[in-house]
Amino acid sequence: MPRWLAHTIVVVLFAALIALAFSRVNYAWNWAGVWEYRQKLLQGFGVTVALSLTSLIVSTLIGMLAALLLGSKNVFLEAVGRVYVELIRGTPLLVQLLIGFYVVASAVGLENRYVVGVLLLSLFSGAYMAEIFRGGLAAIPQTQRDSARAIGLTPWQSFRLVILPQAIRHVLPAVAGQFVSLIKDSSLLSVIAVSEFTLAAQEVNSFTYSTLESYLPLAAGYLLLTLPLSAVSRILERRYRYEA
Amino acid sequence: MNLEISGLVQRFGTTTVLDGLELRTGAVRSLVLVGPSGGGKSTLLRILAGLDVPVAGSVAFDGVTLARDEPSLRAYRRTVGTVFQAYNLFPHLTAMDNLLLPLVHVHGLSESEARARVREPLERFHLAEHAHKRPAELSGGQKQRIAILRALIVQPKRLFLDEPTSALDPEMTAEVLEMIGELKDLGTQFVLVTHEMGFARRVADLVAFVGDGRVLAHGPPGEIIDRCEVPRVRSFFARILP
Repeated sequence: MPRWLAHTIVVVLFAALIALAFSRVNYAWNWAGVWEYRQKLLQGFGVTVALSLTSLIVSTLIGMLAALLLGSKNVFLEAVGRVYVELIRGTPLLVQLLIGFYVVASAVGLENRYVVGVLLLSLFSGAYMAEIFRGGLAAIPQTQRDSARAIGLTPWQSFRLVILPQAIRHVLPAVAGQFVSLIKDSSLLSVIAVSEFTLAAQEVNSFTYSTLESYLPLAAGYLLLTLPLSAVSRILERRYRYEA
Repeated sequence: MNLEISGLVQRFGTTTVLDGLELRTGAVRSLVLVGPSGGGKSTLLRILAGLDVPVAGSVAFDGVTLARDEPSLRAYRRTVGTVFQAYNLFPHLTAMDNLLLPLVHVHGLSESEARARVREPLERFHLAEHAHKRPAELSGGQKQRIAILRALIVQPKRLFLDEPTSALDPEMTAEVLEMIGELKDLGTQFVLVTHEMGFARRVADLVAFVGDGRVLAHGPPGEIIDRCEVPRVRSFFARILP
C-alpha cells in the first residue's frame, strides 16, 4: 500500500472516531458565531507567524553564540553559557515569561510586550538550540579538524569549508524539530497579553461561548504551520545525506 | 631528507609521552617508525608533521628547524602532506572536491588548473572512476588512497603517514601499501608509522624503534627487525613476527 494512502486512511479513521465521540455528546455546534470573528482569528494567526519567524531567527543566533560559549576554553565564558542553558532549560517557559515580562522588563523599562515576547521566546528556544549546535559540533571526529589543519587551512577556512557543512547536516533534523516547538510555544505568549493566535481563540470563545468551534480551528491553524515545516525538514534531511 | 631530533619532550596533562627522544637519520628517503602502542610513534609523527608543538626539544629537516608558533607551522604544513589512519576525507564532498580543496583554497589554483593537475595522478592510481563519489560510497582502501593522493597533489616535500592501513582489511591494506610502494619507487620522501613489518622491510631506508618515549634502536630494516641486539626491541619482534 502506498504511504500517502495509508496516511490518509489513518487520518480519516481518526477524524471519524472524533466525530463519533462528538455525536454522542449531543453538542450544539455554533460555527456561525465563530465565523463572525474570523477576522480576529486570522489576525491572530498572522501575529503568530510573524512572532515565530522573528523568534526563529533570533533564537538561532542566540543558540550559535551560546554554543560558542559552551565550547570556549575560557572558564568564565563557558560558565556564562552553561548557566544560561541550564537555567532556561530547567524552568517552564510560562515562568520565564511571567518573570521576564512582569519583573525584569518593567524594571528595565521595556514596555512593548511584542518585543519582550519575541526576546523571551528567543532566549528560551536559544538554550535548546545551543545544546543542539554543541552536539552537532561534537559529533565531528577530531581527525576532521586534524585533516583540515594538515592541509594548511586557516581556522576560519576549516570552520567554513569543513566543520560548518558537516555540523549543519548533523543538526538539521533537531533544528527543524525545535522550529516546530517554537511555533507551538509561541501560544504561551498569550499569558502576557500578546494578541497572537491562541489569545484570539480564547477571546472568541469568551465572546461566543463556543469552545470547540473556537479551539478546533486553532489546532488546525497550528497544524497548517507545523506540518509543512516537518515535510520540508524531511526533504532537506534526504538531500543532505552523505550517500548520493 | 636529513632529520635531526634532539631532546624531544612531549606531555599531555601529567603523562610524558616523549621523554628526551633523539634521532639522527643521515640522508634517507624513507623513514619507518615502529614500536608498541602508546610508545610515542604517533605523537612523534604529529610533531614532525607540524601538527603539535613539543614541550621541549628541537626537530630539523635538512638543517631547517621546525618553528613553534602556529602561523609558521601552518606555512610548514602547506609544504608537507599528512595522512591519518581514518576519517581523512571530508564526507560532505566528493572525492574530486576533496582533492581540489587544498589546491584551490590553500595553494591558490583556479578550479580548472586544479582539475588539470589531478587528472593524471587519478588515472595513474586507478582512481579516476571513483572521483565523483562521496567517501561514504568508497571502500576503506579507496578512501585511504584518495587521502594519500590529496596529500600528494600539492607537491609536498615529504609525506607523513600515520598507520594508514591499520583500519583496513588485508586486501585493502595490500592495495594501499602497493600505492605507497609505488611512491617510494618514484622517489617520494616519507615518514611512515606502521605495524606492517614485511612492508617496512621493503620500503624503509631507515627503521626507528620508538618505545617508552625514546628511540631505542635505529638502522637499516633488516638489522632492526631481524637482528636487533636491544632486548626490548628483540622481544617485540619475536612476539609479533610470524
